[in-house]
Amino acid sequence: MQKAPRMARALAGALAAAALAGSAIQASADPVEGVDLVVNNEITLTTRAPAPAHLDGALPEVMSGWLFREDATRAMQMDDFDNPAMVFADMGRDLWGTTDGAEGKSCASCHGNIEEMRGVRAHMPRISPAGDDLWSMENFVNNCRTTRMGAEAWGWDSNEMMNMTAALSLQSRGLPVDVAIDGPAAPWWEKGREIYYTRFGQLELACSNCHQDHFGDMIRADHLSQGQINGFPVYRLKTAGLVSIHNRFKGCVRDTRAETFKPGSAEFRALELYVASRGQGLSVEGVSVRP
Amino acid sequence: MRRIATLCAPAAVSAAAITTALTILAPPVLAETAPAAIAWQDGAIAAPLTDSPGDAGRGAELMATRPLGNCVACHEIAALPAASFQGNIGPALEGAATRYSEAQLRGIIVNAKNTFDGSMMPAFYKTDGFIRPGDAYTGKAAPADLPPILDAQQVEDVLAFLMTMK
Repeated sequence: MQKAPRMARALAGALAAAALAGSAIQASADPVEGVDLVVNNEITLTTRAPAPAHLDGALPEVMSGWLFREDATRAMQMDDFDNPAMVFADMGRDLWGTTDGAEGKSCASCHGNIEEMRGVRAHMPRISPAGDDLWSMENFVNNCRTTRMGAEAWGWDSNEMMNMTAALSLQSRGLPVDVAIDGPAAPWWEKGREIYYTRFGQLELACSNCHQDHFGDMIRADHLSQGQINGFPVYRLKTAGLVSIHNRFKGCVRDTRAETFKPGSAEFRALELYVASRGQGLSVEGVSVRP
Repeated sequence: MRRIATLCAPAAVSAAAITTALTILAPPVLAETAPAAIAWQDGAIAAPLTDSPGDAGRGAELMATRPLGNCVACHEIAALPAASFQGNIGPALEGAATRYSEAQLRGIIVNAKNTFDGSMMPAFYKTDGFIRPGDAYTGKAAPADLPPILDAQQVEDVLAFLMTMK
């Protein structure tokens, strides 16, 4: 099963589609070259980085999903006035200062300005304060809410939680993803790695089939990226709203005709750590724009 | 009595004729090979999975339809230009029938991993051996009697269309 040269095939397909069906010419396969992601003409984000040693050569370099998107989508992320996610990040910032729960506290009561949270997102997920669990940012937020504020935990994919994680991610924009995968995190990372390479579902597809072996190629109209999560939570044009990391994982697993894991599950937290580690060195883009 | 007999005789003939007609019109019970009963030879399957020959027209429709074959998700099929956004994960299917025999192509549709070790291509006529199989695209657990993605006749239909690609 020899593959024809990628460009030739893409061109042939595009010409066939345009000539015979009159449909829009499909996007060609590869990530864009020679473009920089500069937000508001001032913040340059790293969208290509050397592959980390722990990938053992699995990827030639690591690339942001931004490089795989259409011109118009990429442009939306380059100006905060055009980025639809910013509305939600603003709502998250408002929540930061809103008191809730029996203790009459807000996040700001203990943490001060949300800008104090710069760096937090870049190290997520990480081992819990008690040292016996791996926590995503959502777990840290809910831990504060339940133990310090006397407030109800937010649902993993609730609007409040996504708005808050958007506001928090934004504080780390431009910092390199830098998750710990050694010490107590090591078994979680190993578990995440195992999940990444497991061919789930009736379609028997692993994350690696699409996002390692075929990034740059097309599955129908979907241009496959490396599946990096440095841009999350993302604003998804398809659903016109924010999407969490775990919700995106769930969608991918569902599309392999598999029984999914739940957002917040140990499996998805382990996978989050492993996938984050595959993007080590890329900038936190939170909050990005994707199709 | 004679009169009655005369009346009855033609009636008896009619009943026999009707029985014959029904036998012809009734849908035949087709033999179908279950996934577990397939005879493999080096990744190929010589015997058709059903008694009813494949229909290339139906096959073409299956190959372009998302919840069914959706072959165009990963393969370019120049003969199906109406199917937009054809993928490029696998090889283009033009000329498939010149590269492989009918038995080989049947085997590749049923379970390509028996021909190409570790292939990304899903097995379209397989019902067990999955990890966390789901109930189609719902994200929920699969039922105990998980059907294959394509049924036996659909496999033969897709094969019939592939065999036109010379």
